[in-house]
Amino acid sequence: MVMGSSTIFRIENVSKRYGATVALHNANLAVRAGSIHAVLGENGAGKSTLMKIMAGVIGPNEGRMLLDDREVRFATPTRATAAGVICVFQELSLIPDLSVAENILLANPPRRLGMIDARAQRRLAEEALTRAGAPDIHPNMLVKDLPLSRKQMVEIAKALARGPRILILDEATSALSQADVRTVFEVLKRLRAEGISLLYISHRMSEIEELADECTVFRNGRSIESFAAGTRSRQETIEMMIGREYKHVFPPKPSKPPNAPPAAPALTARGLNWGAQLNGINLELRPGEIVGLGGLDGQGQRELLLALFGVLRQWSGSIAVDGKPVRLNGPRAAKADAIGMALIPEDRKSEGLMLPMSVAENLTMAGLGRVSRFGVIDSTKERERVAELLKRLQIQATSPDVPVGSLSGGNQQKVVIAKWLLNDPRIFLLNDPTRGIDVGTKQELYRLLRGLADDGAAILFYSTDYDELIGCCDRVLVMYRGRVVSELAGDNLTERQLLAGALNVSAIDEQKAAS
Amino acid sequence: MGDQADDWRFALQRNRGTAFAALLFVAIFTVYLSNHPAGFSWNVVQTAANKAALLAFVAAAQALVVITGGIDLSAGMILVLCNCLASTIVIGDTPHALAGVVAVLVAGLACGGLNGVLVVVGRLQPIVATIATSAVFFGLALILRPSPGGGVDETLADLTTSQIGGAFPASLVFLAAVIAIVWIPFSRSIYGRAAYSIGSAQSAAFMSGLPIRRAQLLAYALAGLLSGVAGLYLTFFSYTGEAAYASGNAYTLYSIASVVLGGVSLAGGRGSLIGAVFGALAFRTIGDLLFIFDFDPLWQPLFQGFVLLVAVSLSSVSLLRVRNRLEWFA
Amino acid sequence: MSPASMSDQTTSGRRLSVDPAVAIAYGCVVALLLIGSIYSPNFLSGPYLLQQLKVASFLGIVATGMMFVILLGQIDLSLPWVLTTGAMMASAAAAHPGILATLSVPFGLLCGAAIGLVNGFAVAYMRVPSMIVTLATNAVAQGLMIAYTGGFSPRDTASPLMRALATGLLIPGVANGVLVWAVVAVLALFVLRRTTFGRALYAIGNRERAAYMSGLPTRRTTLWAFVISGVLSALGGVLLAGYSAKASQSMGDAYLLPAIAAVVLGGTHVMGGKGSYLGTIAGVILVTLLQSILSVMQIEESGRQLIYGAVIVVMLLLYGRQRSL
Repeated sequence: MVMGSSTIFRIENVSKRYGATVALHNANLAVRAGSIHAVLGENGAGKSTLMKIMAGVIGPNEGRMLLDDREVRFATPTRATAAGVICVFQELSLIPDLSVAENILLANPPRRLGMIDARAQRRLAEEALTRAGAPDIHPNMLVKDLPLSRKQMVEIAKALARGPRILILDEATSALSQADVRTVFEVLKRLRAEGISLLYISHRMSEIEELADECTVFRNGRSIESFAAGTRSRQETIEMMIGREYKHVFPPKPSKPPNAPPAAPALTARGLNWGAQLNGINLELRPGEIVGLGGLDGQGQRELLLALFGVLRQWSGSIAVDGKPVRLNGPRAAKADAIGMALIPEDRKSEGLMLPMSVAENLTMAGLGRVSRFGVIDSTKERERVAELLKRLQIQATSPDVPVGSLSGGNQQKVVIAKWLLNDPRIFLLNDPTRGIDVGTKQELYRLLRGLADDGAAILFYSTDYDELIGCCDRVLVMYRGRVVSELAGDNLTERQLLAGALNVSAIDEQKAAS
Repeated sequence: MGDQADDWRFALQRNRGTAFAALLFVAIFTVYLSNHPAGFSWNVVQTAANKAALLAFVAAAQALVVITGGIDLSAGMILVLCNCLASTIVIGDTPHALAGVVAVLVAGLACGGLNGVLVVVGRLQPIVATIATSAVFFGLALILRPSPGGGVDETLADLTTSQIGGAFPASLVFLAAVIAIVWIPFSRSIYGRAAYSIGSAQSAAFMSGLPIRRAQLLAYALAGLLSGVAGLYLTFFSYTGEAAYASGNAYTLYSIASVVLGGVSLAGGRGSLIGAVFGALAFRTIGDLLFIFDFDPLWQPLFQGFVLLVAVSLSSVSLLRVRNRLEWFA
Repeated sequence: MSPASMSDQTTSGRRLSVDPAVAIAYGCVVALLLIGSIYSPNFLSGPYLLQQLKVASFLGIVATGMMFVILLGQIDLSLPWVLTTGAMMASAAAAHPGILATLSVPFGLLCGAAIGLVNGFAVAYMRVPSMIVTLATNAVAQGLMIAYTGGFSPRDTASPLMRALATGLLIPGVANGVLVWAVVAVLALFVLRRTTFGRALYAIGNRERAAYMSGLPTRRTTLWAFVISGVLSALGGVLLAGYSAKASQSMGDAYLLPAIAAVVLGGTHVMGGKGSYLGTIAGVILVTLLQSILSVMQIEESGRQLIYGAVIVVMLLLYGRQRSL
């Protein structure tokens, strides 16, 4: 790092709120010219929010940004781009049916006589691709025909083509192969030498250690500390990321009687493979236990749950329910009485609820068979069941007939879970069910889950919240790149171990850490 | 970094649909010519070309809108309206007739513009908006021509429907010229790029800084213009104007068939206007094949409807092979 | 969608307070009655209103099928020729000696069901966009009927049963066609509000993805909705043939746009998931009255088409402003 190089971009006390949720609070960051600045933090720590504000996608509620010591406000991404702040996002911004060259020069292609100059465009694209370290990508190829890793390289080339002063990479290497990652590193180092500033968000400690000049750790929406690279150990960095916040109150876990024979598994998977996202998953889920799925976002947890629920096709390996191999062909088959599964999806607004429909209608959506006979709905039975569910989960709604969209987020999530209870499922698959929910509702949900497990249900629970995984689950399987890399239970089930597994770092010695 | 062979390969892959449509047309037309009772003659080609060019214009109009992910169910009625309008004002001495031509083209542009405004500014769904405007356009056509009649300047009509040098059909030259003037600038402009982008990836397109709304408006307006050209052309061909409900509907339907045959994806983002033109030529020739092979002409509508059904089913085959069933849903 | 912007109205209009769209539709009906009475003193008389109801019944029956499909978020553009096919095939069967004659009406309905089955299969299982498929099947049906009749007007006349169904008078003064519509309406109301099938229709139209993830039989439901639409279109055709004593070539064309208009003006959301059948009834009456007034005012067909299209566009724009789509 060049000592004393000027700070060209500064973020001062920036805050961002979404209703009651605080995404960022008094965040501070200073970016120097010609340096690579790493941003670290767990999921939901506020890193992506900050990057979006910098790139002009959203605006802050408080605070200011200074570029070259002048205050700036980016109302749109175009303004940010014009100022030289370019972001390479995780969700790709490429147009699949256009070629690589067209995507690289998408909104501002070279023109001649009002029409796009294809030759000049191709030349510029080739330059950008070379600069990005991917000269092998043919500029005339259609983006949709490229594998994900190549698409990511095109995204980087696209960012470079706009001549950035500050380049933000938000998990830009998540889809890249090892070889590509090396290439990108060379590119980033070269850009740094050219005087460009880079903000690099990544969870991979090894990458950060190699690249970064400076690091800033975020936690719970706050910027905790900025330090020069190499001045903190891995241990200390992880500690900073975890912190010690208020503890959730969790229901007690059952103690197993000694020498009790383990119950037969309700759900097993062996060698489960699917595309690139699932690479040989083995797991066993027994009645009465809550098993957690940990790891960073996008390591295959969602795909695992979908595969178990029958939504994915062409998977290989085996899935068995109560010891009998099954090949489910959709949620309809999965919820059938013989199988008895339920899946609580991650996005309640698009997969879990019909927002304009009433609370009652949503509550009976998955279990219409239980409140009807020969296809005709028995309204008395329906009302009774709905009242039961409202009471059991303490769902706050002025009446069962209001649209479910008018309920608070926490109550909506309760409806999503409650609707499956109508069927008395024996296997529950939950995809990050407490994301964006208030603390009070979370605790109610934990109690509910433990109650269900005590009644004999088998629960598989993906969460990005470590407190939850530790507090709720009997054991946790940490996933990384489609495989289960560690199984933690009992004394080993700690935040350090969870994070270590998530980062695919070798296990940290618990003893050493405590001393 | 990619040599000539690579370039050709990618260009071919990208324009797969158009190339296929062209081949399809050539194949079918060869069968048609070789079995035609009158054998090969420029007159045969001329008749075929005139009828096919008419459909080609509407297909081109439809393609413009479909590429943006929309649909224009009023295309046939814009054709009918402009046909009736042309039979009323493209008459008299040359300056008047030419002025009439311009007026007809402007009318087509305005109709398309209305569609565009309803979709882009009014945020109505294209299906419903264009079904409604098709009624409006038909109503206007009926006002102009409550019963078939009118005429058209004969010099202009001859110019566009006869043969050049006693051989090559003028209609094809006319078709090529219009396509060149409308499609080539559009497709190579930023608006063309924006049009493909909305059809391909709507949210990425909106975030990209491309002039999305203007591109959509332009696409619908130009589609109206092309349908207007088709109407004008029908007048040149038939020397009359008629507000025929059935034929307006038929043209709309056949334009969609042509677009599908021409490799333009109904979901948007893929295909080219040129492909749609070949699709129209092929579709028209398929219909005429029945005549050649002495099938009862009564079977023609059924046959053409069937071809559309098959073409449309085939284009959905890819959806059957998805690995994640959630991809079936938006 | 913030809670504040949500109206306290659910999708099937179940609350005691009325859906604003339905209220507007009935309001327009009243307005049109008043306007009509200005032009002609007979407008509000009993016999005339019953006559309107009779004319409305044909549209009402086909609009019911269209509503089911639109609730799903789809559309059925094959209505014109399924209607005509139902009419022609029922008449043809009636002319045949033997058992087919007695079963002429069910036979016509069966033809409608068959076309609906093709539509439904393509949309539900092959994921072909409904607009395209139904346009294609409309053309195929047209082709089949043209081939069957040799391009001429069909020579078969409607059977006595068909005529009785349409114009007979079980209840003095009330044409049977209205009774048929009433039966269809009661069934439709029952299905939409009280059956799992109806619930699934709303759910799929609202959010097919969530309906699928909840384990609803999305494909089967879609298939059946199109079959029902086909049957009801054919039924409309059978009745129309009974009314005019024979089928005719372009009898179906005049019903597509009014059917869609009636459904949409009755408050059913064009993208699906929301709508009340009571609103559709209002929409049907609204459209029928509009047509009557236009003919009382002696406006030509051309003007009628214009006004139709304009009215639909304006109403859609208004509805669109009301809810943020």
